[in-house]
Amino acid sequence: MSAAAITARRFTPPVVGFGSAIFVLAAVEFLIRIGLINRFIVPLPSEVAASFGRVIVEEDILHRFLQTAWECSAAGVLLAVFGVVIGAVMHRLPLFRRACETWVAAFASAPLVLAYPLFLVLFGRSALTIIMLAFLSGLPPVILKTLEGLGATRRVLINVGRSLKLTQAQQFRKILFPSALPTIFVGIRLGLIFALINVVGVEFLINFGGLGQLINDLAERYDLPGVYAAITFVILVSVLFFVTTERAERWLRSVG
Amino acid sequence: MAQKMANVSTSDHVVAAHQAVPAILVADGLVMRFATAEGEITAIDDVSFDVAPGEFLAVIGPSGCGKSTLFNIIGGLLGGYRGRVAVGGETISGPHASIGMVFQEESTFPWRNVVDNVAFPLEIAGVPRRERLERARRFVSMVGLDGFEKRYPSELSGGMRQRVSMARTLASEPKILLMDEPFAALDEQTRLLLGDKVLQIQQELKQTTLLITHNITEAVQLADRILVMSYRPGRVKRIVDINLPRPRTSEIVSSEAFGRYVAQIWGDLREEASRGMVDDEARALHAHDHKHEQKA
Repeated sequence: MSAAAITARRFTPPVVGFGSAIFVLAAVEFLIRIGLINRFIVPLPSEVAASFGRVIVEEDILHRFLQTAWECSAAGVLLAVFGVVIGAVMHRLPLFRRACETWVAAFASAPLVLAYPLFLVLFGRSALTIIMLAFLSGLPPVILKTLEGLGATRRVLINVGRSLKLTQAQQFRKILFPSALPTIFVGIRLGLIFALINVVGVEFLINFGGLGQLINDLAERYDLPGVYAAITFVILVSVLFFVTTERAERWLRSVG
Repeated sequence: MAQKMANVSTSDHVVAAHQAVPAILVADGLVMRFATAEGEITAIDDVSFDVAPGEFLAVIGPSGCGKSTLFNIIGGLLGGYRGRVAVGGETISGPHASIGMVFQEESTFPWRNVVDNVAFPLEIAGVPRRERLERARRFVSMVGLDGFEKRYPSELSGGMRQRVSMARTLASEPKILLMDEPFAALDEQTRLLLGDKVLQIQQELKQTTLLITHNITEAVQLADRILVMSYRPGRVKRIVDINLPRPRTSEIVSSEAFGRYVAQIWGDLREEASRGMVDDEARALHAHDHKHEQKA
Protein backbone atom coordinates (compact mmCIF):
# COMPACT_ATOMS: atom_id res chain seq x y z
CA MET A 1 0.00 0.00 0.00
CA SER A 2 1.41 3.40 -0.96
CA ALA A 3 2.04 6.19 1.59
CA ALA A 4 -0.76 8.26 0.04
CA ALA A 5 -3.20 5.36 0.37
CA ILE A 6 -2.21 4.82 4.03
CA THR A 7 -2.72 8.54 4.75
CA ALA A 8 -6.08 8.49 2.99
CA ARG A 9 -7.10 5.39 4.97
CA ARG A 10 -6.13 7.09 8.23
CA PHE A 11 -7.80 10.45 7.66
CA THR A 12 -10.88 9.45 5.67
CA PRO A 13 -13.01 8.27 8.66
CA PRO A 14 -12.61 11.50 10.73
CA VAL A 15 -13.14 13.65 7.63
CA VAL A 16 -16.31 11.70 6.74
CA GLY A 17 -17.47 11.89 10.38
CA PHE A 18 -16.89 15.63 10.58
CA GLY A 19 -18.55 16.15 7.19
CA SER A 20 -21.58 14.13 8.29
CA ALA A 21 -21.97 16.24 11.45
CA ILE A 22 -21.79 19.46 9.38
CA PHE A 23 -24.36 18.03 6.98
CA VAL A 24 -26.78 17.13 9.81
CA LEU A 25 -26.38 20.57 11.43
CA ALA A 26 -26.96 22.27 8.05
CA ALA A 27 -30.08 20.13 7.53
CA VAL A 28 -31.39 21.05 11.02
CA GLU A 29 -30.67 24.75 10.32
CA PHE A 30 -32.59 24.47 7.07
CA LEU A 31 -35.56 22.63 8.68
CA ILE A 32 -35.78 25.26 11.45
CA ARG A 33 -35.58 28.15 8.98
CA ILE A 34 -38.44 26.77 6.87
CA GLY A 35 -40.47 26.20 10.05
CA LEU A 36 -40.57 22.39 10.10
CA ILE A 37 -38.80 22.37 13.50
CA ASN A 38 -39.97 24.79 16.20
CA ARG A 39 -37.11 27.23 16.90
CA PHE A 40 -38.42 27.74 20.48
CA ILE A 41 -37.59 24.08 21.18
CA VAL A 42 -34.50 23.59 19.04
CA PRO A 43 -32.36 26.69 18.50
CA LEU A 44 -30.63 27.36 15.20
CA PRO A 45 -27.24 25.58 15.08
CA SER A 46 -25.73 28.89 13.90
CA GLU A 47 -27.07 30.58 17.10
CA VAL A 48 -25.62 27.74 19.19
CA ALA A 49 -22.25 28.18 17.46
CA ALA A 50 -22.41 31.92 18.08
CA SER A 51 -23.17 31.36 21.78
CA PHE A 52 -19.97 29.38 22.44
CA GLY A 53 -17.84 32.46 22.92
CA ARG A 54 -20.34 33.93 25.41
CA VAL A 55 -20.69 30.66 27.35
CA ILE A 56 -16.92 30.19 27.52
CA VAL A 57 -16.17 33.77 28.63
CA GLU A 58 -19.13 34.55 30.88
CA GLU A 59 -19.98 31.18 32.45
CA ASP A 60 -16.57 30.05 33.72
CA ILE A 61 -16.79 27.00 31.45
CA LEU A 62 -13.26 25.73 32.03
CA HIS A 63 -13.81 25.43 35.77
CA ARG A 64 -17.20 23.76 35.29
CA PHE A 65 -15.83 21.43 32.60
CA LEU A 66 -12.97 20.39 34.88
CA GLN A 67 -15.33 19.85 37.83
CA THR A 68 -17.66 17.58 35.84
CA ALA A 69 -14.66 15.79 34.29
CA TRP A 70 -13.09 15.32 37.73
CA GLU A 71 -16.28 13.94 39.31
CA CYS A 72 -16.72 11.64 36.35
CA SER A 73 -13.06 10.52 36.50
CA ALA A 74 -13.34 9.73 40.21
CA ALA A 75 -16.52 7.73 39.59
CA GLY A 76 -14.84 6.07 36.59
CA VAL A 77 -11.80 4.96 38.58
CA LEU A 78 -14.02 3.63 41.37
CA LEU A 79 -16.32 1.72 39.06
CA ALA A 80 -13.41 0.27 37.05
CA VAL A 81 -11.59 -0.93 40.18
CA PHE A 82 -14.61 -2.20 42.12
CA GLY A 83 -16.45 -3.47 39.05
CA VAL A 84 -13.53 -5.58 37.83
CA VAL A 85 -12.70 -6.86 41.33
CA ILE A 86 -16.33 -7.79 42.10
CA GLY A 87 -16.69 -9.36 38.63
CA ALA A 88 -13.49 -11.38 39.13
CA VAL A 89 -14.60 -12.57 42.57
CA MET A 90 -18.00 -13.59 41.19
CA HIS A 91 -16.27 -15.45 38.36
CA ARG A 92 -14.03 -17.25 40.85
CA LEU A 93 -16.93 -18.20 43.16
CA PRO A 94 -19.66 -19.79 41.02
CA LEU A 95 -22.13 -19.98 43.93
CA PHE A 96 -21.72 -16.26 44.59
CA ARG A 97 -22.20 -15.64 40.87
CA ARG A 98 -25.37 -17.74 40.67
CA ALA A 99 -26.70 -16.06 43.79
CA CYS A 100 -26.02 -12.46 42.74
CA GLU A 101 -25.83 -12.11 38.96
CA THR A 102 -29.57 -11.55 38.52
CA TRP A 103 -29.56 -8.94 41.28
CA VAL A 104 -26.68 -7.08 39.66
CA ALA A 105 -28.51 -7.13 36.30
CA ALA A 106 -31.68 -5.85 37.98
CA PHE A 107 -29.66 -3.13 39.74
CA ALA A 108 -28.44 -1.92 36.32
CA SER A 109 -31.96 -0.82 35.37
CA ALA A 110 -32.78 0.86 38.70
CA PRO A 111 -33.31 4.66 38.40
CA LEU A 112 -30.71 5.31 41.08
CA VAL A 113 -30.66 9.06 40.44
CA LEU A 114 -34.04 9.31 42.18
CA ALA A 115 -32.33 8.26 45.41
CA TYR A 116 -30.31 11.51 45.45
CA PRO A 117 -32.02 12.80 48.64
CA LEU A 118 -30.74 9.73 50.49
CA PHE A 119 -27.23 10.36 49.18
CA LEU A 120 -27.52 14.02 50.26
CA VAL A 121 -28.29 12.81 53.76
CA LEU A 122 -25.39 10.33 53.68
CA PHE A 123 -22.69 12.46 52.06
CA GLY A 124 -23.99 16.03 52.30
CA ARG A 125 -24.31 18.54 49.44
CA SER A 126 -20.87 17.78 48.12
CA ALA A 127 -19.01 16.28 45.19
CA LEU A 128 -18.95 13.01 47.10
CA THR A 129 -22.72 12.64 46.71
CA ILE A 130 -22.39 13.09 42.96
CA ILE A 131 -19.42 10.73 42.69
CA MET A 132 -21.06 7.98 44.77
CA LEU A 133 -24.30 8.13 42.82
CA ALA A 134 -22.44 8.07 39.51
CA PHE A 135 -20.19 5.23 40.72
CA LEU A 136 -23.10 3.05 41.82
CA SER A 137 -25.04 3.75 38.62
CA GLY A 138 -22.11 2.72 36.44
CA LEU A 139 -21.08 -0.32 38.48
CA PRO A 140 -23.46 -3.06 37.17
CA PRO A 141 -22.35 -3.01 33.50
CA VAL A 142 -18.69 -3.26 34.56
CA ILE A 143 -19.43 -6.25 36.81
CA LEU A 144 -21.57 -7.98 34.19
CA LYS A 145 -19.12 -7.40 31.34
CA THR A 146 -16.17 -8.52 33.50
CA LEU A 147 -18.05 -11.74 34.22
CA GLU A 148 -18.86 -12.18 30.55
CA GLY A 149 -15.28 -11.52 29.43
CA LEU A 150 -13.67 -13.83 31.99
CA GLY A 151 -16.24 -16.55 31.30
CA ALA A 152 -15.62 -16.33 27.55
CA THR A 153 -11.88 -16.97 27.83
CA ARG A 154 -11.16 -19.89 25.52
CA ARG A 155 -10.53 -23.16 27.35
CA VAL A 156 -7.41 -23.85 25.29
CA LEU A 157 -5.75 -20.62 26.49
CA ILE A 158 -6.42 -21.63 30.10
CA ASN A 159 -4.96 -25.06 29.31
CA VAL A 160 -1.81 -23.41 27.89
CA GLY A 161 -1.43 -21.69 31.26
CA ARG A 162 -2.10 -24.93 33.15
CA SER A 163 0.44 -26.82 31.04
CA LEU A 164 3.03 -24.17 31.97
CA LYS A 165 2.09 -24.54 35.65
CA LEU A 166 0.95 -20.94 36.11
CA THR A 167 -0.23 -20.01 39.58
CA GLN A 168 -3.83 -18.82 40.01
CA ALA A 169 -2.62 -15.22 40.16
CA GLN A 170 -0.48 -15.63 37.00
CA GLN A 171 -3.35 -17.38 35.25
CA PHE A 172 -5.56 -14.37 36.00
CA ARG A 173 -2.98 -11.68 35.23
CA LYS A 174 -1.41 -13.25 32.15
CA ILE A 175 -4.33 -15.05 30.49
CA LEU A 176 -7.83 -14.43 31.88
CA PHE A 177 -7.53 -10.67 32.31
CA PRO A 178 -5.91 -9.81 28.95
CA SER A 179 -8.30 -12.17 27.18
CA ALA A 180 -11.31 -10.52 28.86
CA LEU A 181 -9.97 -6.98 28.46
CA PRO A 182 -11.92 -5.96 25.33
CA THR A 183 -15.20 -7.07 26.94
CA ILE A 184 -14.28 -5.45 30.28
CA PHE A 185 -13.63 -2.18 28.49
CA VAL A 186 -17.04 -2.36 26.82
CA GLY A 187 -18.42 -2.53 30.38
CA ILE A 188 -16.22 0.36 31.56
CA ARG A 189 -17.36 2.55 28.64
CA LEU A 190 -21.00 1.71 29.36
CA GLY A 191 -20.39 2.40 33.06
CA LEU A 192 -18.80 5.76 32.23
CA ILE A 193 -21.80 6.73 30.11
CA PHE A 194 -24.13 5.91 33.03
CA ALA A 195 -21.77 7.76 35.40
CA LEU A 196 -21.61 10.89 33.22
CA ILE A 197 -25.40 11.00 32.84
CA ASN A 198 -25.73 10.76 36.62
CA VAL A 199 -23.00 13.32 37.33
CA VAL A 200 -24.66 15.91 35.09
CA GLY A 201 -28.13 14.92 36.31
CA VAL A 202 -27.27 15.27 40.00
CA GLU A 203 -25.33 18.53 39.41
CA PHE A 204 -28.51 19.74 37.72
CA LEU A 205 -30.78 18.53 40.56
CA ILE A 206 -28.76 19.70 43.57
CA ASN A 207 -27.40 22.83 41.89
CA PHE A 208 -23.83 21.96 42.80
CA GLY A 209 -21.46 23.43 40.19
CA GLY A 210 -20.25 21.67 37.06
CA LEU A 211 -21.86 21.54 33.64
CA GLY A 212 -25.16 20.20 35.06
CA GLN A 213 -25.66 23.33 37.13
CA LEU A 214 -24.76 25.51 34.13
CA ILE A 215 -27.38 23.75 31.99
CA ASN A 216 -29.92 24.34 34.76
CA ASP A 217 -28.98 28.05 35.03
CA LEU A 218 -29.11 28.61 31.29
CA ALA A 219 -32.44 26.75 31.00
CA GLU A 220 -33.95 28.90 33.74
CA ARG A 221 -32.78 31.99 31.85
CA TYR A 222 -34.35 30.44 28.74
CA ASP A 223 -30.99 30.73 26.97
CA LEU A 224 -31.58 27.82 24.59
CA PRO A 225 -28.46 28.28 22.42
CA GLY A 226 -26.42 28.44 25.65
CA VAL A 227 -28.05 25.21 26.92
CA TYR A 228 -27.10 23.40 23.72
CA ALA A 229 -23.58 24.85 23.84
CA ALA A 230 -23.22 23.57 27.43
CA ILE A 231 -24.53 20.14 26.33
CA THR A 232 -21.79 20.14 23.69
CA PHE A 233 -19.24 20.44 26.51
CA VAL A 234 -20.84 17.42 28.22
CA ILE A 235 -20.32 15.54 24.94
CA LEU A 236 -16.69 16.72 25.01
CA VAL A 237 -16.27 15.17 28.48
CA SER A 238 -17.65 11.94 27.04
CA VAL A 239 -15.24 12.10 24.06
CA LEU A 240 -12.37 12.71 26.48
CA PHE A 241 -13.26 9.57 28.43
CA PHE A 242 -13.65 7.45 25.33
CA VAL A 243 -10.21 8.51 24.09
CA THR A 244 -8.72 7.85 27.55
CA THR A 245 -10.29 4.40 27.88
CA GLU A 246 -9.16 3.47 24.37
CA ARG A 247 -5.57 4.42 25.23
CA ALA A 248 -5.78 2.62 28.58
CA GLU A 249 -7.06 -0.53 26.89
CA ARG A 250 -4.29 -0.44 24.29
CA TRP A 251 -1.68 0.06 27.01
CA LEU A 252 -3.02 -2.72 29.21
CA ARG A 253 -3.11 -5.14 26.26
CA SER A 254 0.48 -4.28 25.40
CA VAL A 255 1.67 -5.09 28.92
CA GLY A 256 -0.61 -8.15 29.31
CA MET B 1 -4.05 -58.04 27.95
CA ALA B 2 -4.13 -60.12 24.79
CA GLN B 3 -4.12 -57.11 22.53
CA LYS B 4 -1.02 -55.68 24.09
CA MET B 5 2.02 -56.02 21.91
CA ALA B 6 5.30 -57.49 23.11
CA ASN B 7 7.10 -54.14 22.96
CA VAL B 8 4.56 -52.37 25.19
CA SER B 9 6.45 -51.93 28.42
CA THR B 10 5.16 -51.66 31.97
CA SER B 11 8.27 -50.36 33.71
CA ASP B 12 10.28 -47.13 33.77
CA HIS B 13 13.50 -48.85 33.01
CA VAL B 14 12.33 -51.32 30.48
CA VAL B 15 14.44 -50.92 27.42
CA ALA B 16 12.32 -50.25 24.37
CA ALA B 17 12.65 -53.18 21.99
CA HIS B 18 14.34 -51.11 19.30
CA GLN B 19 16.53 -48.84 21.43
CA ALA B 20 19.10 -49.57 24.08
CA VAL B 21 18.26 -46.59 26.32
CA PRO B 22 15.81 -46.22 29.22
CA ALA B 23 12.41 -44.77 28.36
CA ILE B 24 11.93 -41.07 29.07
CA LEU B 25 8.13 -41.36 29.14
CA VAL B 26 6.19 -44.32 30.47
CA ALA B 27 2.44 -44.77 30.44
CA ASP B 28 1.51 -47.78 32.50
CA GLY B 29 -1.96 -49.37 32.62
CA LEU B 30 -3.90 -46.16 32.04
CA VAL B 31 -7.65 -46.49 32.51
CA MET B 32 -10.06 -43.57 32.35
CA ARG B 33 -13.81 -43.79 32.89
CA PHE B 34 -16.33 -40.97 32.50
CA ALA B 35 -19.80 -40.84 34.02
CA THR B 36 -22.32 -39.75 31.37
CA ALA B 37 -26.10 -39.52 31.18
CA GLU B 38 -26.07 -42.89 29.38
CA GLY B 39 -23.96 -44.51 32.09
CA GLU B 40 -20.26 -44.98 32.64
CA ILE B 41 -18.04 -44.90 29.55
CA THR B 42 -14.54 -46.33 29.51
CA ALA B 43 -12.58 -43.91 27.35
CA ILE B 44 -9.24 -45.75 27.55
CA ASP B 45 -8.54 -49.15 28.99
CA ASP B 46 -5.18 -50.50 30.11
CA VAL B 47 -3.10 -48.33 27.79
CA SER B 48 0.62 -48.86 28.27
CA PHE B 49 3.59 -47.76 26.20
CA ASP B 50 6.94 -46.07 26.55
CA VAL B 51 8.89 -43.52 24.57
CA ALA B 52 12.67 -43.49 24.28
CA PRO B 53 14.69 -40.22 24.36
CA GLY B 54 14.72 -38.57 20.92
CA GLU B 55 12.03 -40.90 19.64
CA PHE B 56 8.97 -39.76 17.65
CA LEU B 57 5.91 -41.80 18.61
CA ALA B 58 2.58 -41.23 16.90
CA VAL B 59 -0.67 -42.39 18.50
CA ILE B 60 -3.34 -43.01 15.91
CA GLY B 61 -6.93 -44.15 16.21
CA PRO B 62 -10.45 -43.48 15.01
CA SER B 63 -12.63 -40.71 16.48
CA GLY B 64 -13.80 -41.69 19.95
CA CYS B 65 -10.84 -43.95 20.77
CA GLY B 66 -9.70 -41.71 23.63
CA LYS B 67 -6.73 -40.04 21.93
CA SER B 68 -7.48 -36.63 23.42
CA THR B 69 -8.12 -38.22 26.84
CA LEU B 70 -4.67 -39.79 26.59
CA PHE B 71 -3.17 -36.42 25.59
CA ASN B 72 -4.78 -34.71 28.58
CA ILE B 73 -3.69 -37.42 31.01
CA ILE B 74 -0.06 -37.39 29.85
CA GLY B 75 -0.05 -33.58 29.81
CA GLY B 76 -1.35 -33.61 33.39
CA LEU B 77 -4.55 -31.73 32.56
CA LEU B 78 -6.85 -34.61 33.47
CA GLY B 79 -6.95 -36.44 36.76
CA GLY B 80 -9.08 -39.25 38.15
CA TYR B 81 -7.51 -41.98 36.02
CA ARG B 82 -6.06 -45.33 37.03
CA GLY B 83 -2.51 -46.25 36.16
CA ARG B 84 0.68 -44.27 36.09
CA VAL B 85 2.51 -41.74 33.94
CA ALA B 86 6.23 -41.33 34.58
CA VAL B 87 8.76 -38.92 33.12
CA GLY B 88 12.41 -39.87 33.54
CA GLY B 89 11.39 -42.37 36.22
CA GLU B 90 9.38 -39.85 38.24
CA THR B 91 5.65 -40.49 38.52
CA ILE B 92 3.74 -37.33 37.66
CA SER B 93 0.28 -36.25 38.71
CA GLY B 94 -0.25 -32.93 36.99
CA PRO B 95 1.38 -30.63 34.45
CA HIS B 96 5.13 -31.22 34.38
CA ALA B 97 7.91 -28.88 33.27
CA SER B 98 9.39 -31.69 31.15
CA ILE B 99 6.29 -31.93 28.98
CA GLY B 100 5.46 -29.19 26.49
CA MET B 101 1.99 -29.29 24.96
CA VAL B 102 0.84 -28.18 21.51
CA PHE B 103 -2.93 -28.11 21.28
CA GLN B 104 -5.26 -28.95 18.42
CA GLU B 105 -7.18 -25.67 18.74
CA GLU B 106 -5.57 -22.36 17.88
CA SER B 107 -3.87 -21.36 21.12
CA THR B 108 -1.80 -18.25 20.45
CA PHE B 109 -2.50 -15.24 22.66
CA PRO B 110 -4.20 -12.70 20.37
CA TRP B 111 -3.00 -9.75 22.49
CA ARG B 112 0.69 -10.67 22.09
CA ASN B 113 2.78 -10.42 18.96
CA VAL B 114 4.66 -13.45 17.63
CA VAL B 115 7.88 -12.96 19.58
CA ASP B 116 6.02 -12.16 22.82
CA ASN B 117 3.86 -15.24 22.36
CA VAL B 118 6.95 -17.40 21.95
CA ALA B 119 8.69 -15.70 24.89
CA PHE B 120 5.72 -16.38 27.19
CA PRO B 121 7.05 -19.53 28.93
CA LEU B 122 10.40 -17.79 29.47
CA GLU B 123 8.61 -14.77 30.96
CA ILE B 124 6.81 -17.09 33.38
CA ALA B 125 10.14 -18.70 34.23
CA GLY B 126 11.51 -15.24 35.12
CA VAL B 127 14.08 -15.02 32.31
CA PRO B 128 15.20 -11.35 31.87
CA ARG B 129 13.46 -9.55 29.00
CA ARG B 130 16.44 -9.13 26.69
CA GLU B 131 17.51 -12.76 27.06
CA ARG B 132 14.02 -14.17 26.62
CA LEU B 133 13.42 -12.12 23.47
CA GLU B 134 16.72 -13.32 22.05
CA ARG B 135 15.86 -16.92 22.80
CA ALA B 136 12.32 -16.49 21.48
CA ARG B 137 13.68 -15.09 18.18
CA ARG B 138 15.76 -18.25 17.77
CA PHE B 139 12.64 -20.43 18.03
CA VAL B 140 10.65 -18.09 15.77
CA SER B 141 13.39 -18.56 13.21
CA MET B 142 13.42 -22.32 13.78
CA VAL B 143 9.73 -22.59 12.78
CA GLY B 144 10.41 -20.43 9.71
CA LEU B 145 8.70 -17.23 10.80
CA ASP B 146 11.61 -14.80 10.41
CA GLY B 147 10.30 -11.32 9.67
CA PHE B 148 6.96 -11.96 11.42
CA GLU B 149 8.22 -11.29 14.97
CA LYS B 150 6.15 -8.14 15.44
CA ARG B 151 2.98 -9.43 13.76
CA TYR B 152 -0.09 -10.32 15.79
CA PRO B 153 -1.85 -13.70 15.42
CA SER B 154 -4.80 -12.04 13.65
CA GLU B 155 -2.39 -11.10 10.86
CA LEU B 156 -1.19 -14.69 10.35
CA SER B 157 -2.62 -17.76 8.59
CA GLY B 158 -3.80 -20.84 10.52
CA GLY B 159 -0.59 -22.73 9.70
CA MET B 160 1.58 -19.82 10.83
CA ARG B 161 -0.32 -19.57 14.11
CA GLN B 162 0.21 -23.26 14.78
CA ARG B 163 3.92 -22.73 14.14
CA VAL B 164 3.87 -19.90 16.71
CA SER B 165 2.24 -22.28 19.21
CA MET B 166 4.89 -24.88 18.47
CA ALA B 167 7.71 -22.35 18.84
CA ARG B 168 6.21 -21.21 22.16
CA THR B 169 6.17 -24.78 23.44
CA LEU B 170 9.71 -25.41 22.19
CA ALA B 171 10.91 -22.21 23.88
CA SER B 172 10.26 -23.81 27.25
CA GLU B 173 12.74 -26.50 26.15
CA PRO B 174 10.64 -29.46 27.24
CA LYS B 175 12.11 -32.94 27.32
CA ILE B 176 8.96 -34.27 25.67
CA LEU B 177 6.91 -32.48 23.03
CA LEU B 178 3.28 -33.58 23.24
CA MET B 179 1.14 -32.63 20.25
CA ASP B 180 -2.60 -33.18 19.84
CA GLU B 181 -3.50 -33.11 16.14
CA PRO B 182 -1.79 -29.74 15.73
CA PHE B 183 -2.43 -29.61 11.98
CA ALA B 184 -5.97 -31.02 11.99
CA ALA B 185 -7.54 -27.74 10.92
CA LEU B 186 -5.13 -27.19 8.01
CA ASP B 187 -5.33 -28.21 4.37
CA GLU B 188 -3.39 -31.26 3.17
CA GLN B 189 -0.61 -29.36 1.37
CA THR B 190 0.06 -27.10 4.36
CA ARG B 191 -0.05 -30.13 6.61
CA LEU B 192 2.64 -31.93 4.54
CA LEU B 193 4.86 -28.85 4.48
CA LEU B 194 4.47 -28.32 8.22
CA GLY B 195 5.31 -32.00 8.63
CA ASP B 196 8.63 -31.20 6.94
CA LYS B 197 9.15 -28.40 9.44
CA VAL B 198 8.43 -30.73 12.36
CA LEU B 199 10.88 -33.31 10.97
CA GLN B 200 13.53 -30.63 10.55
CA ILE B 201 13.04 -29.37 14.13
CA GLN B 202 13.03 -32.88 15.55
CA GLN B 203 16.24 -33.61 13.67
CA GLU B 204 17.84 -30.39 14.95
CA LEU B 205 16.80 -30.68 18.60
CA LYS B 206 16.67 -34.49 18.88
CA GLN B 207 13.31 -33.73 20.45
CA THR B 208 11.33 -36.59 21.98
CA THR B 209 7.87 -36.21 20.51
CA LEU B 210 4.48 -37.80 21.10
CA LEU B 211 2.00 -36.94 18.38
CA ILE B 212 -1.71 -37.69 18.71
CA THR B 213 -3.34 -37.85 15.29
CA HIS B 214 -6.04 -39.47 13.22
CA ASN B 215 -4.14 -38.87 9.98
CA ILE B 216 -2.31 -42.00 8.75
CA THR B 217 -0.12 -40.15 6.22
CA GLU B 218 0.99 -37.67 8.85
CA ALA B 219 1.79 -40.42 11.33
CA VAL B 220 3.88 -42.44 8.82
CA GLN B 221 5.60 -39.31 7.48
CA LEU B 222 6.76 -38.21 10.94
CA ALA B 223 7.02 -41.14 13.35
CA ASP B 224 9.56 -43.76 14.34
CA ARG B 225 6.77 -45.88 15.80
CA ILE B 226 3.02 -45.74 15.49
CA LEU B 227 0.72 -46.87 18.27
CA VAL B 228 -2.62 -47.91 16.80
CA MET B 229 -5.59 -47.64 19.16
CA SER B 230 -8.84 -49.54 19.04
CA TYR B 231 -12.25 -47.87 19.03
CA ARG B 232 -13.95 -47.32 22.41
CA PRO B 233 -12.72 -48.35 24.86
CA GLY B 234 -9.36 -47.17 23.55
CA ARG B 235 -6.79 -49.93 23.87
CA VAL B 236 -3.36 -50.46 22.31
CA LYS B 237 -4.14 -52.55 19.24
CA ARG B 238 -0.69 -52.65 17.71
CA ILE B 239 2.61 -50.78 17.72
CA VAL B 240 4.21 -50.50 14.28
CA ASP B 241 7.89 -49.66 13.78
CA ILE B 242 8.38 -47.30 10.85
CA ASN B 243 11.68 -48.14 9.26
CA LEU B 244 11.82 -45.30 6.79
CA PRO B 245 15.19 -43.53 6.38
CA ARG B 246 15.95 -40.30 8.22
CA PRO B 247 16.32 -37.40 7.63
CA ARG B 248 12.92 -37.48 5.96
CA THR B 249 10.96 -34.93 3.99
CA SER B 250 7.44 -34.94 2.61
CA GLU B 251 8.87 -36.53 -0.56
CA ILE B 252 8.79 -39.80 1.35
CA VAL B 253 5.03 -39.99 0.79
CA SER B 254 5.60 -41.04 -2.83
CA SER B 255 7.82 -44.01 -1.90
CA GLU B 256 6.62 -47.60 -2.13
CA ALA B 257 7.58 -48.37 1.49
CA PHE B 258 5.50 -45.40 2.68
CA GLY B 259 2.49 -46.76 0.82
CA ARG B 260 2.95 -50.18 2.39
CA TYR B 261 2.97 -48.68 5.91
CA VAL B 262 -0.12 -46.61 5.17
CA ALA B 263 -1.90 -49.73 3.86
CA GLN B 264 -0.86 -51.77 6.90
CA ILE B 265 -2.08 -49.16 9.37
CA TRP B 266 -5.28 -48.58 7.45
CA GLY B 267 -5.84 -52.34 7.63
CA ASP B 268 -5.67 -52.09 11.43
CA LEU B 269 -7.74 -48.94 11.62
CA ARG B 270 -10.43 -49.84 9.12
CA GLU B 271 -12.20 -52.30 11.42
CA GLU B 272 -12.02 -49.81 14.33
CA ALA B 273 -13.26 -46.88 12.25
CA SER B 274 -16.17 -49.05 10.99
CA ARG B 275 -17.09 -49.94 14.56
CA GLY B 276 -17.01 -46.26 15.43
CA MET B 277 -19.24 -45.37 12.52
CA VAL B 278 -21.79 -48.10 13.37
CA ASP B 279 -21.75 -46.97 16.98
CA ASP B 280 -22.29 -43.30 16.01
CA GLU B 281 -25.20 -44.26 13.74
CA ALA B 282 -26.78 -46.39 16.47
CA ARG B 283 -26.47 -43.54 18.95
CA ALA B 284 -27.96 -41.02 16.51
CA LEU B 285 -30.85 -43.42 15.84
CA HIS B 286 -31.38 -43.98 19.56
CA ALA B 287 -31.38 -40.22 20.20
CA HIS B 288 -33.88 -39.74 17.36
CA ASP B 289 -36.22 -42.49 18.70
CA HIS B 290 -35.90 -41.13 22.23
CA LYS B 291 -36.91 -37.66 21.03
CA HIS B 292 -39.98 -39.05 19.26
CA GLU B 293 -40.97 -41.11 22.31
CA GLN B 294 -40.76 -37.98 24.44
CA LYS B 295 -42.91 -36.04 21.97
CA ALA B 296 -45.51 -38.84 21.94
